Amino acid sequence: MTAGGGEPLLAVEDLQVWFPIKGNGVLRRTAGHVRAVDGVSFTIARGETLGLVGESGCGKTTTGLAILRLLEPTGGRVRFDGDDVTGMGRRRLRALRRRMAMVFQDPYSSLDPRLSVGAIVSEPLDVHRLHTGRAARKARVGELLELVGLRPELRDRYPHELSGGQRQRVGVARALAVEPDLIVCDEPIAALDVSIQAQVLNLLDDLQDELDLTYLFIAHDLAAVQHVSDRIAVMYLGRVVEVADRARLAAEPAHPYTRALLSAVPIPDPPRERARRRIILEGDLPSPADPPSGCNFRTRCPEVFEPCPRVDPALQEVGRGTGGVPHEVACHLHGVTGTPAEAGRAYS
Amino acid sequence: MSTGDVVLSVRDLRVTFGTARGPARVVEGVSYDLHAGETLAIVGESGSGKSVSTLALTRLIPEPPGRVEGEVVLAGQDLLTLPPGALRKVRGRRIGMIFQDPMTSLNPVLTVGRQVTEGLEHHLGLSEKDARRRARELLDLVGIPDPERRLGEYPHQLSGGMRQRVMIAIGLACEPEVLVADEATTALDVTIQAQIVELVQRLQAELGMAVIWITHDLGVVAGIADRVLVMYGGRVLEEAAADDLYADTRHPYTAGLLASLPVVGEAGRRLVSITGLPPDPVDLPPGCVFHPRCPHRDDPRCATELPPLREVAPGHRVACFYELPAEARR
Repeated sequence: MTAGGGEPLLAVEDLQVWFPIKGNGVLRRTAGHVRAVDGVSFTIARGETLGLVGESGCGKTTTGLAILRLLEPTGGRVRFDGDDVTGMGRRRLRALRRRMAMVFQDPYSSLDPRLSVGAIVSEPLDVHRLHTGRAARKARVGELLELVGLRPELRDRYPHELSGGQRQRVGVARALAVEPDLIVCDEPIAALDVSIQAQVLNLLDDLQDELDLTYLFIAHDLAAVQHVSDRIAVMYLGRVVEVADRARLAAEPAHPYTRALLSAVPIPDPPRERARRRIILEGDLPSPADPPSGCNFRTRCPEVFEPCPRVDPALQEVGRGTGGVPHEVACHLHGVTGTPAEAGRAYS
Repeated sequence: MSTGDVVLSVRDLRVTFGTARGPARVVEGVSYDLHAGETLAIVGESGSGKSVSTLALTRLIPEPPGRVEGEVVLAGQDLLTLPPGALRKVRGRRIGMIFQDPMTSLNPVLTVGRQVTEGLEHHLGLSEKDARRRARELLDLVGIPDPERRLGEYPHQLSGGMRQRVMIAIGLACEPEVLVADEATTALDVTIQAQIVELVQRLQAELGMAVIWITHDLGVVAGIADRVLVMYGGRVLEEAAADDLYADTRHPYTAGLLASLPVVGEAGRRLVSITGLPPDPVDLPPGCVFHPRCPHRDDPRCATELPPLREVAPGHRVACFYELPAEARR
């Protein structure tokens, strides 16, 4: 685990991804925006795993896609190893994609059903002209399959012949093909059975040690995120509401949303589970097209008070955890700080 | 929770599907008793037969290609021998169902109101007006704000949590003796899941139903179940009171599942994964269905003989030849 100390490998600064909502008129004028990601900042040190956790619709996947520019950010900056990714032209972006890879959620839809396992894994090698020549290519694919715990003979199989866990391993092998520094893992275990999830989590862990990888691990499952991450960032409705090292986040959550999220995770142990005090959040997630003014969690927050609708809370440091890792929270309970709420934003 | 008389008794339930490769044996001899007011959890991974075994209770399995055998006795009557008309009077009336995905199990072209009142009119013979009034009460009961307006809306106008509440309202409409919740919270976010679990528990206490809760999530089970059946490859491998299953685990598969779960606050522990893959229902292994993946398959019988479910402690049954040593039982 690393904290501070030198340039981070990835720095996301005030990232914004807004999707236009088109009106129904003939001019199809933009009638508003869905603020999927609305000012997200974090850094990841080399060799570190940052967990990005949140519920459906919080913008965690969009954040991951925007970092790789698989979606164009509408604002903010992404810096990778000192280079500004957001301003890069196509040629440099292509070169960069050798260093950043992605593992997708659903191994059923993210592998091309018409390609064999070998072709899927060697596609990135074609794109980046690596390990050219038949023999070299074949050796490299075999190496990659072995690395993720698949028998090299599986190269001739097609995705439909594989189990969910095997498919996800193929997805990981494809990501590793270009020897990336950073892998964005978007819900890599959500579609898998419990006994297979542990296999994939252990694999990611081993590969990190072996290949010195840096991970952005995106998931809704707080237990899994806490298991694999050094630090965790919690997202709600397009924003990061809390960042801390994993031990401190579990032991001393400082944001009411994080507390509710932690309290909602079931514990596989009946006496502890029965004793668990759940904080039940009222209501549903507000629309990201029309988020509440000020703190966007205030409509469901059990501790809402006077400044919440007026002031957009900024991330502030509330302490330090293991190894001096800053613990940051965007909540007025820890001191009112931030910018006045935008005029004209919804007040609900 | 105290439990009453047996309301539902399942004996040697088998479900087979004809496939091009031969018969797929999806449920292979499942037996249990369900008591009034009790919550029985059926736990298993994809393909374990947990869902199919409950769909088969009211023959909600297309036959052919499916084939259901065994006994399902509800208040002295074997449901599997009932003619279709009589069976329809059981579905929704005496055994209510909540399905996993409210987006695909609600009818998109009918209003919420119509879907809730359907059972009330059909089973209870309520007039349209009375059914509507009752539907409003039900939506209120499951915590849907502004129920009058919601009755006129379509499923796509509701959030996932609200749709699941509608499913629960439909499941409860006729106050069934048995409510089957099939992965009722799986598609939901954890904070919404917590709302739904609490709701079902409250309603169960108020209405005194027995609940069969089908899930793959051993965390949810720990909080709601009185008793647990662990299914794998179409068979019950272990059955125990919830506390015993976790504190005194006897089957290597159950132990493997528990060891493979990440737990908040226990980060850093290496997860113990179960190697290999679940069995193919068309080509089930001989002997114990779990033996190809089992770390304790030392007994020669594991690969040749079917281990019977035997009682190892009061109310605790396990289908395994191996005695899991006390220190491995968590």
